[in-house]
This record gives sequence, structure tokens and C-alpha cells, in this order.
Amino acid sequence: MSWNKPHLLDIESLTADEITTVLDTATAFKAVGERAIKKVPALRGKTVVNFFVEPSTRTRISFELAAQRLSADVINFSAEASSLKKGETLKDTARNLEALNADIIIIRHSATGAPHFLSRFLKSSVVNAGDGAHEHPTQALLDTFTIREKKGKVAGLNVTILGDILYSRVARSNIWSLLKLGANVTLCGPSTLVPKVFEKMGCKVTWNLEEAIRDADVVNLLRIQHERQRKAMFPNIGEYTSLFGINKTRFKNMKPDVLIMHPGPINRGVEIDSQVADCDQSVILQQVTNGLAVRMAVLFLVSGGKGPQEVAAPTA
Amino acid sequence: MPERLIIMNPAALQRTLSRMAHEIAEKNDASNDIIVVGVQRGGVHLASRLATQLEQICGHPIPTGTLDVNFYRDDLDTNYTPNVQPTQIPADITGKVVVLVDDVLFSGRTTRAAMDALKDLGRPRRIQLAVLVDRGHRELPIKADFVGKSIPTARAENVDLKLKEDQGDDTVYLERI
Repeated sequence: MSWNKPHLLDIESLTADEITTVLDTATAFKAVGERAIKKVPALRGKTVVNFFVEPSTRTRISFELAAQRLSADVINFSAEASSLKKGETLKDTARNLEALNADIIIIRHSATGAPHFLSRFLKSSVVNAGDGAHEHPTQALLDTFTIREKKGKVAGLNVTILGDILYSRVARSNIWSLLKLGANVTLCGPSTLVPKVFEKMGCKVTWNLEEAIRDADVVNLLRIQHERQRKAMFPNIGEYTSLFGINKTRFKNMKPDVLIMHPGPINRGVEIDSQVADCDQSVILQQVTNGLAVRMAVLFLVSGGKGPQEVAAPTA
Repeated sequence: MPERLIIMNPAALQRTLSRMAHEIAEKNDASNDIIVVGVQRGGVHLASRLATQLEQICGHPIPTGTLDVNFYRDDLDTNYTPNVQPTQIPADITGKVVVLVDDVLFSGRTTRAAMDALKDLGRPRRIQLAVLVDRGHRELPIKADFVGKSIPTARAENVDLKLKEDQGDDTVYLERI
């Protein structure tokens, strides 16, 4: 077990051991979430700021609840209601939050690298809750956690990520996490959204759905991110569904123990049919539950001291 | 090279645990209510050894669990890198006698955290504390009910115990650094 980082900025810079530490810690927090008393005093007296410059509901709520279950105080700060609208720079806004003695700043921003930028001058811990099309580390950690929980391992599994890869920070973070833990990653979707250049990261790229799902142990479906597409990347939604949507027939051609995952929100009838979304192999709602445990683990670990463990963990 | 003194050899360790098990049985007439809980990580194997002996004395199974106290510690943001281990308690602790087991009693802060952690899992009728070594230097008003050996130590010294279960030699050492 090892974790000595004050921030969680991306998965790319983590080691396999650090990823495993988050997953192991999250296992303990998941058990906390199943008790009658779901709260622990670990971050009592700490202030956590949810600094969401780009709108989000589920990630923000998950972080908010995670912070509350650790007994931290939480402030929600969204771009619409903020002074960013009045012309303040990101740096000045962040420094103002720091001046309130915030211990952890959770940031979502449409610009790649915004969390890294903040981490260079803030004393607070910075947690990336999604930066542009770059990374969404906690989503990848909760997806990896869910795979490990259901399959008992990650190494050697065939994981297919299907859909809008080009614009997806979830895909990028997942690719790093899965490859570092030894999974085989296949990317699939329309060629305009799944460029061959992703092979440089170490995964397989195919535009043939049947080939991508035949041997998959896990299929992670991504939503088409209309809000990020500045021009039409495929003719229409109907064509996407007929070529890449997971329906009952395609589901039958998959391995019987395949895991169906989706970071949400799902678009029923587009990338996934209702029968598949609601079947026993679908773990979409369990991902939400695990997301809470993983985010508790992340907030807990970035708050840890940086001293050597021998000094740190006295036996009495 | 730190100086290492043996303060308990394997035979002494076994006799000590046997004596502690008898003391636990003696103090708790209603042995059916006992739950033995080892504090991660040093207390876990000791707890299962004590429970095995208790089962022989009482003639029935004794529920045994593990407790991780990391979420309840008070030194998270000072010099401490958390290493969270599983908490597994096999039965509801409400109304039961929980015997907390740890290897070394030092500042008392781990025990304080363990009592807070137990409080969130239920309301035990009584919590008792069993430690193999009490080395002094308490920082909180905490006292063990069952003590294997009391050893006056200096702060700079270290009590080191590695059990067979952890590929150790079942010997307790005092290290002078």
C-alpha cells in the first residue's frame, strides 16, 4: 500500500500500486456505507469545496455525500452563480477559496489541465472531477473498483470501451487505469470518434462492433457527448444506434458473464436498450454506489500526512 | 545496528496468552457474550490465538473479528500515511462484551480510536482491553484489563513482535535505537 500525494489530478501519473491503494481503501469505505451509521470522523473539521465550473449533477452529489460521510464541511460553488461570470480569473477565484482555508478543492472545468494549474499555486489539495476531454480520474477508479469487485481481478481481462472515445475524459482515465493494472483494452465506435491514434496508448482500436464485444469480459458504454461535438461526427443518432447500440441480439453474442457498465447518464434506446440496461449483468447502479466509496477513499487519502509510515503508524 | 533484547521468547509468549485467556474467561461469567476483536494490524493474529484458547476453556465457539481504526485516528494530517485494512465483525456487538486485542499499548490513541469505531458499529455492554505488552507513556486516561507483560520503556525504544502468522519468530524484542 502506498499513497503520498496531496492531489489527485489524473490517472496517467499514478502507479499501479497507488491505484490499488485507492481501491483497497474504497473497499473499507464501502463497508462503512452499508452500516447503520454511515459516517466516520476522518475529515472532521476539514472544509471541502466543490468547485464546479462546468455543470454536473451526479459527480457533484457523489463528492458532496462522500465529504459529508467523512464528517467534512462542504461548500458547493458553481460557475453560473459565481464571480467567474463577473470576469474574475480562475486563479483569483481559486485563491479566494483558499483564503477561506479550504482543505480540499474538487474542481470540474471544461479546460484540460485546469486542476493541474490550480495545484501549482494552491496549498489546498486539488481533486480533478473532470477536466475537458482530458481525464476524469475518480470515474476510472470507480469503474476499475467495480470490475475488480465483480471479476475478482483486473489483470488479463478483456475490457471494451464503446462509443464516443475522442471527446471522453472517462475513456482516457479508464484506459490508463486498466492498462496499468494489466487489462487488455479495446476501443470501438464510429471511426470519427475512435481514431487510430489511441493505439499509441497501448490499446486496440476497432470499428467492428462484433469483433469488439465477442471476447469482452467487460463492456463499458459511453454516452455520445453532444455538448462537446462542434461538428457532426456521424450522420445521425439512428445510424449510431443501429451500428453500435447494445440491443438484446448483440447482448446474446457476448460472453454469458460479461459486465455491462455505463458512467451515466444513460440514453435508453440510443447506446443501450432498456432490456440490457436493466439485466442482471448490468452493474450501472452499482457503479454509482461504488463511486461514493471511491470518492471517500480519494478525499481521505489526499488528506493523509506525508511523513514516512514508520513514524506515522505507531502500534499503540 | 540497534540493540535488540528479547523480552518474551516463544514459550513465554504461549504461556502469557494462555494466562490471559484464562483471565478473560474468569472475568466474564457469561462467556456466550464474548466477542474478541483484534485491532488492525498488530492485534489480529493475537486475537485469533486468544480466541482459540478461550474456545477450549469455555467449550464453545467465540466470535472473532478485526477492526481497522484508521478512519477514527486523530493524526491523519500530521505525519501519517493511512494503510486501511478490513474491518470484519461476525456478529452484532450490541449488548455483548467486546474484548479488544492489541499487541502494544503505548499512547492509548489507537485504543481511543478503536472505542470510537466500535461505538459506530453498535452499543456493546462492555468493552475490555487485552494487550500483550504495556510499554507505558500513556497520553490518554486508558488502562488495559488484561496485560501480558508491563515493560518500562524509553520513548526512543521500540517494542517489536513478529508472530509466526506473519512469518516471524514468535518473539517479543525491545529495540534500542
